[in-house]
Amino acid sequence: MMYTVFTSIVLLSVTGILSGVILFFVAKKFQITEDPRIDAVESVLPGVNCGGCGYPGCRKFAEACVRAQDFDKLFCPVGGNKGMVEVSKILGLEVAEKEVKIAVVRCNGSLKNRPRINEYDGQARCKIVHNLYTGETGCSFGCLGLGDCVRVCKFGAIEIDEQTQLPMIDEEKCTSCGACVKACPRFLIELRYRGKNHQRIFVACSNPEKGNIARKNCSAACIGCGKCFKVCSFDAIKIGENLAYINYKKCTLCRKCVNECPTGAIHEINFNLVRSRQAQNPNVSIV
Amino acid sequence: MKIFNGLASFPRGGVHPQELKLSANRPIEFLSPPRIVTIPVSQHFGAPAKPIVKVGDKVKIGQVIAEANGFVSTHIHATVSGTVTKIEMCMDMSGYKRLAIILNAEGEEWLEGIDLSRTLKAEIILTGPQIIKKVQQDGLVGLGGATFPLHVKLSPPQGKHADVLLINGVECEPYLTADHRLMLEKGPEIIVGIQILMKALNVSKAMIGIEANKTDAIDHLSKLTKDTPGIKVVTLKVKYPQGAEKQLIEAIIKRQVPIGGLPIDVGCVVQNIGTAFAVYESIQKNKPLVERVVTVAGESLNRSSNFLVRIGTPVSYLIEVAGGLPEDTGKIIGGGPMMGKALNTPEVPVVKGTSGILVLPRMYAKRDPVLPCIRCARCVSHCPLGLEPYLLMNLVEKGMSEEADREAIMNCCECGSCAYVCPAKRPLLDSIRLGKSFIAQQRKEKAKT
Repeated sequence: MMYTVFTSIVLLSVTGILSGVILFFVAKKFQITEDPRIDAVESVLPGVNCGGCGYPGCRKFAEACVRAQDFDKLFCPVGGNKGMVEVSKILGLEVAEKEVKIAVVRCNGSLKNRPRINEYDGQARCKIVHNLYTGETGCSFGCLGLGDCVRVCKFGAIEIDEQTQLPMIDEEKCTSCGACVKACPRFLIELRYRGKNHQRIFVACSNPEKGNIARKNCSAACIGCGKCFKVCSFDAIKIGENLAYINYKKCTLCRKCVNECPTGAIHEINFNLVRSRQAQNPNVSIV
Repeated sequence: MKIFNGLASFPRGGVHPQELKLSANRPIEFLSPPRIVTIPVSQHFGAPAKPIVKVGDKVKIGQVIAEANGFVSTHIHATVSGTVTKIEMCMDMSGYKRLAIILNAEGEEWLEGIDLSRTLKAEIILTGPQIIKKVQQDGLVGLGGATFPLHVKLSPPQGKHADVLLINGVECEPYLTADHRLMLEKGPEIIVGIQILMKALNVSKAMIGIEANKTDAIDHLSKLTKDTPGIKVVTLKVKYPQGAEKQLIEAIIKRQVPIGGLPIDVGCVVQNIGTAFAVYESIQKNKPLVERVVTVAGESLNRSSNFLVRIGTPVSYLIEVAGGLPEDTGKIIGGGPMMGKALNTPEVPVVKGTSGILVLPRMYAKRDPVLPCIRCARCVSHCPLGLEPYLLMNLVEKGMSEEADREAIMNCCECGSCAYVCPAKRPLLDSIRLGKSFIAQQRKEKAKT
């Protein structure tokens, strides 16, 4: 009895010590030296692993930063300019300030503007509905309102508004990581500049159908009439496929177009009500 | 595999839903054409046809209004005589807007050379290649629902040869009775149609598969085929999805179509009863595919029946004829209740692949709340293809499309047996369809680069 216990203790200790010694040398021999700056960079990154930078997670982004010669193509949208400055402090590279972006929903098919013509009772996922048919409304390009974007947002920045059944983006929480842009099966969400004082304007419609058809299904549809294009003196507006698009890089927020739009498809955000042109536009029904 | 009662069927899985053949005793009624028809240019599998008429043109019934665009495509014919009023995007049965030609009916004028008499013409004059050319010109497609262009099926790729023709008279979906009535009323014509198909394919053997719940049709066709060499009627066990091509082949001649393969790989071609009748009309009567039999049924519908309908007729017109839309309607379904699709508006047109219009009461049409999977594996044992639906659903939900592809998700025939038997009412098929479309898209992108 004692003998069995004794031998097993000896045997196990000898194997343990032996393998310990072997492993020590193996570890020495095959040691991977990792740049300590990677850990340092990772510690100042937000650590949400959202993929907004284009890399699979913050660690990979940190590795890319350490490897990089300059920061032209590297930007963490969540950390923003402040975060990038901290990264640059560690790595000693210069970083140019970039315009901060925010997600906007290019659809204004609220319950009031776009009446529901049928009822969907299947699985509540935008992707499935988009695969199945045009949706509950007559517009086959507009928001389905089932919240695929809400589910992918890691920051809780999107909510479906109960009154309009459209996604509402929380300006403070949105980090422009772009997860919702990829999640939307109808490509309605776009990342645009936040703008001065967080003010911006955009065309809230993505329906390329002819004006009369688009208007039949949604009273707030862009009909591609070109009025905004004519009034814009900065060459910021383009008309293509019966749809106006405002180039946020050229737009100076003069808002001449907002008043001109016959359907109120051009939205302005964060202008106070007294100065709001959208509110003065007689064609618009703000929900 | 022979089962206890001696009737043949496919060996694995399958379900037996309530049959509910409400309109089985109603003869096929001729429906006078509506005033306006909407004819989509993509009613078939393959490339959409190209419109060759302009707004304002006068057309006659049977005139080609859209031409085939490539080999896997067919002609589209005018189904009423009158004027082309619009060519625009219209909602069709698929739930999407597609290009359609809208005709305003004025009078009833057929194109010259179309034989409208009812006399049976049994003698086949045309040769095989001529038959294939003629069915292509007449816009014939498989009328079972997949709407695969007929001439493609009849011209096997080089090196492959069919030795048997299978005729699908199964009609395993509940409610639908269009093929059943056609077999009873147009038996002799169907037999001639089958002989034409046999000649085109150069085969000497044809088998008509009919499920055991249609005894009158089995008797009728057996009597008719008694002295026609090569054609045999096979009685099959009542089981869904027996009408699916691969299952039918396995049930009748015990051959298994390989993954990603076609029936021609195992030496057979499957055609629907409706197609056989359309072939007869096309070859013997020179009549293009302008009408088809559609079952209109529903529990609270006044007059569930079978109608001979011009293609392009709005569904709302059909429902009107069948007694108007009942108040308790929950869903209108295009096709059978198992594989059909709910329509988002009754203003969509009947197309070549529409076998039925079902008006289901609210109590049948609703979806039950989804509960967690209890791992009973009923979906696995009922899948006719031996897939694991619960696993596929989970993989798709997690976005693991490569793994789902490895689990043969693309082999799914979307029969819906898994979702039908699931005690937790999980939307298995919805997810599988999502995964399939995602993978198909990925493959297309890969092929491009």
